[in-house]
Amino acid sequence: MAKSVIDVPPKGGFSFDLCRRNEMLSEKGVKPPSFRKTGTTIVGLVFQDGVILGADTRATEGPIVCDKNCEKIHYMAPNIYCCGAGTAADTEAVTDMVSSQLQLHRYATGRESRVITALTLLKSHLFSYQGYVSAALVLGGVDFTGPHLHTIYPHGSTDTLPFATMGSGSLAAMAIFESKYREGLTRDEGIKLVSEAICSGIFNDLGSGSNVDVCVITKGCTEYLRNHKLPNPRTYVSSRGYSFTKGQTEVLSTKITPLKKNKVEVVEGDAMEE
Amino acid sequence: MATKQQANWSPYDNNGGTCVAIAGADYCVIAADTRMSTGYSILTRDYSKISKLADKCVMASSGFQADVKALQKNLAARHLIYQHQHNKQMSCPAMAQLLSNTLYYKRFFPYYAFNVLGGLDNEGKGCVFTYDAVGSYERVGYSSQGSGSTLIMPVLDNQLKSPSPLLLPAVDAVTPLSESEAVDMVKDVFASAAERDIYTGDKVEIVIVNAGGIRREYTDLRKD
Repeated sequence: MAKSVIDVPPKGGFSFDLCRRNEMLSEKGVKPPSFRKTGTTIVGLVFQDGVILGADTRATEGPIVCDKNCEKIHYMAPNIYCCGAGTAADTEAVTDMVSSQLQLHRYATGRESRVITALTLLKSHLFSYQGYVSAALVLGGVDFTGPHLHTIYPHGSTDTLPFATMGSGSLAAMAIFESKYREGLTRDEGIKLVSEAICSGIFNDLGSGSNVDVCVITKGCTEYLRNHKLPNPRTYVSSRGYSFTKGQTEVLSTKITPLKKNKVEVVEGDAMEE
Repeated sequence: MATKQQANWSPYDNNGGTCVAIAGADYCVIAADTRMSTGYSILTRDYSKISKLADKCVMASSGFQADVKALQKNLAARHLIYQHQHNKQMSCPAMAQLLSNTLYYKRFFPYYAFNVLGGLDNEGKGCVFTYDAVGSYERVGYSSQGSGSTLIMPVLDNQLKSPSPLLLPAVDAVTPLSESEAVDMVKDVFASAAERDIYTGDKVEIVIVNAGGIRREYTDLRKD
């Protein structure tokens, strides 16, 4: 029997079939479509009773802000949250996926999820995609073994740290952490330091902006402080207002197509023959 | 076959920013934000992109500020020579032509500058001239250039609607708005641009040219 070549659908992962075509197109000057990045500042730190995560709320598409108040702190488990920087779709998809996996795992084991479980699931997924899933994450939570804070890079490497920053504003935020962080911060001190670091990113990095989101995770209790700080109100509102009267926008041409009622003639057919 | 080695150094950089100018019956408003940036960083929050070229002629430029600075110096020198030769200041339409020629002179290594020129013409009416990087210019009733221009221009088109220059009899391009209304619109339009454009923000510098002279105003913008 002759072996026929059957087109088997790929098992998963990326299909690189169009790479040659894309290279040819870009040589001819065709620009590939841009994707939305979060151009972000995300931070995390370990304090006395647990972990505090922080993030800004600006999402950018190149030089334009496409979302002034997006959510970058994603839910993973009741005791684990994850901040995401990089391509917005990638961070959303990967955190949703691992969150579902953790829930199934909780049902199977009957126990609270551990941060290292989320860490292993995330890093192995990102590594298998060899960096093409552009998600840089700050994962934090408190479990039975204590408080944990990790950073995860798009290629799948991880670090375990007492304080961490990621995103385009990470240098601005890290400058604050490196000068003011110390072990054993209280809850209020920790929230204040996280807010300061995010604000540093918001004001000094053009890819970050708008508001500060904070998430405080302690043993048995998680507090998601959405829009904890709003340091960027609109600076000027015109008292005159705007009017959009008819005729203000020039009408170049008008075409009116009336929709006629279609009269359908129903012909009584014979009853169906058995 | 090995690919040709490409240049990995560019003589240009984009320092961002937005400029706007609106012409009125007897005034002209020229405004620009004061943020100078490079890549994702801010270099300074307090940089003036506006320069006075002549008594009744002001230019605002966004783009590569090193080229803008060189262009401003060039025009100032040429204006000084003109004053020595003609014993008077250059009029705004004359300066507009000079700017166009100066830009086209460097057609094959352009000034990376996006300019709007504003002032009063010989009859005392407001005039605005808008340019591209190599000197193509046109007298208009209002214009915007720079990173936020795509956000601002549609709003100005809707509110100030410039009549087509092809209409006969020729319709005046200047807006019927009063000076304070025009300044109010400029402030509002910059506040909106600063919300959505990352390169626009910090402060707006507003220069108003009228028969009484030149006046300067500042308003705050988002700093993020």
